[in-house]
Amino acid sequence: MTIPAQVERVPPRPRRLVAVRRVFAPIGDARGMTRWMLWVGAGITLAFILVALLAPVLAPYEFDQFRTPEEGRFVQLEAPSRDHLMGTNVQSTDVLSRIIWGTQTELKVVLISLFLSISFGVPLGLLSGYFGGKLDRVLVLVMDALFVFPFLLLAIVIAFLLADKVGQGIFTAAIAITVVYVPLYFRVVRNHTISIREEPFVEAARALGAKPFTIIRKYVFFNVVQNVPPLATLNAADAILTLAALGFLGYGIQPTEGAEWGYDIQRAVSDAASGIWWTGLFPGLAIVLLVTGLTLLGESLNETINPVLRKRRYEKVSLAPPGVAEAEME
Amino acid sequence: MGGKGTSLRQYLLTRLLLVIPMVFILLTLVFLLMRVAPGDPISASLGGRVPQEEVERIKAELGYDRPVYVQYVEYLGNVLRGDFGTAITDSRPIGDIIRENGAATLELTFFAMIVAIVVGVTFGLLAGRYRDTWIDGGGRLFGILIYAMPVFFLGLMAQLFFGSYLGWLPTSGRASPLVDATLVTHTNIYTIDTLIDRDRDAFVDVVKHLILPAVTLGLVTAGVFIRLIRVNVIRTMKDDYIEAARARGIDERSVVYHHAFRNALVPVITVVGLTVALLLSGAVLTETTFNWPGIGKTLISYLENRDYPAVQGIIIVFALVVVVVSVVIDFVNAYIDPRIRY
Repeated sequence: MTIPAQVERVPPRPRRLVAVRRVFAPIGDARGMTRWMLWVGAGITLAFILVALLAPVLAPYEFDQFRTPEEGRFVQLEAPSRDHLMGTNVQSTDVLSRIIWGTQTELKVVLISLFLSISFGVPLGLLSGYFGGKLDRVLVLVMDALFVFPFLLLAIVIAFLLADKVGQGIFTAAIAITVVYVPLYFRVVRNHTISIREEPFVEAARALGAKPFTIIRKYVFFNVVQNVPPLATLNAADAILTLAALGFLGYGIQPTEGAEWGYDIQRAVSDAASGIWWTGLFPGLAIVLLVTGLTLLGESLNETINPVLRKRRYEKVSLAPPGVAEAEME
Repeated sequence: MGGKGTSLRQYLLTRLLLVIPMVFILLTLVFLLMRVAPGDPISASLGGRVPQEEVERIKAELGYDRPVYVQYVEYLGNVLRGDFGTAITDSRPIGDIIRENGAATLELTFFAMIVAIVVGVTFGLLAGRYRDTWIDGGGRLFGILIYAMPVFFLGLMAQLFFGSYLGWLPTSGRASPLVDATLVTHTNIYTIDTLIDRDRDAFVDVVKHLILPAVTLGLVTAGVFIRLIRVNVIRTMKDDYIEAARARGIDERSVVYHHAFRNALVPVITVVGLTVALLLSGAVLTETTFNWPGIGKTLISYLENRDYPAVQGIIIVFALVVVVVSVVIDFVNAYIDPRIRY
């Protein structure tokens, strides 16, 4: 069977991808420092995701393993050696293994809490911003009250209260972190929705008789959702710090449930007086590296997607004569 | 709000009126969290450690056996009269805790804020001014790294290096045991107390103890300043009046220092206000790391002892401090920038 030549057409692109592509389109235009930050950040983040996925292969021991059947119990607080590349801690567990397994814990908690805070914060923000009125006023007051509260205290109190009822696992930590971040998404989405609501194209849709939910879904949502990827990435970085802080204060993941970097650093504080550095340094570096990666990624996404900060390829218009303009750049 | 002649006084009044629902909601949230969620605080605090009759007796004595709404009204009344309650475990009134441990936190956060402003404003302005140069790169990298550094990790490293390795600075507490024992407390702020008594050795000792925690907390907070000020400078440099100033032939240096930086620094006042919440969170961690007997460390030890009334009282105070600071910051802002009070 022969196919007529004129049928050869480019198939239409799926619609969803168009929207996603539109949100991320400016990334290709990123230049200079921003481009560098974007790639380094993405690289570090990806590396940690791989470590988390491959933890069973990569980790030399289990996160709570303190002995092997052949060699017996590991030496306590052993300096970095061949068997234990980053040494052992006071409980004789391998520091490197705890860091690798810890990557899994951190990412799990962050993913759950991001998912929860976006799925509460974004819809609430959309509704509150679009409809306004009493609902808006009440929500804004409650969210502002949560927002002014010192975030760590809020997380500690939630974790402390949940610890009695749910236990100190990944879920408790994720919920404690969620409560802290819902107001953030709510605020950003609400304020943006309010400004979008007054745009001519929304007005036009309303004039054509579109229902409120149709307007929110088709016109407001995609304009507002642009803010979410950079915010969520920066937020992920912050969530890791909050989780580590909870762990450091003893309200994070229970040691029997999984390895967590903040908890390890807390145990290392008492080692510092005797000059033992490996128990604290390595988990800390893991936090710094992961948070740095996410921050670089988030900030560069923000700079490329956020039109206020966006800097594109085009030449800068300068009113000064050429010589002066060059001198300025120095 | 609104109206034609919105004056500063009107703005202040509306802002003050808005504080009332905010405080009310905060107090209600704390009540719901700390009293309703765990049932009654006495059983939660003492349950299992004291016989049941004893628990019932204390409950009746403190009024926890009455209906929740009666307790709620009484709780609001007490807080409004400035009575934040009493700890169960050591019977210390929350007011005393605030006076004694709060002073330690105030001392720590005050000096940390100074470090944060000096470091943050310097690096932030430079990075924004020389955007996309190595200065910007260095400043931003420092900003990002210091932001990524948990305050307790930075503190731990500082303890290892300056304490254990070099042996220059003490790593724990507010003063050496001898100084601590002999110090006469006037304000509970040790640097001021030693100055009042003109005790030079004690002053040096106290300052030495303060350096590591304050610099640690300050540097971490500086990260926030750097990022925000940098963005502000970039935004300001794009404004029309900067272009106008250039067009008038004012030299670039003057444009940057007199026109751009000043305006870029106005929002910093707001940031300082927002940072207070951050500083308080950081203080909890810094105090725990350096064994600094501030209010954050006290809170953590009450949490460990499951002393609900004490935790509740301290949290209310934290919340009120943040609200008061945000109001003060808004006032200062409205005073400086007439656009805010529209």
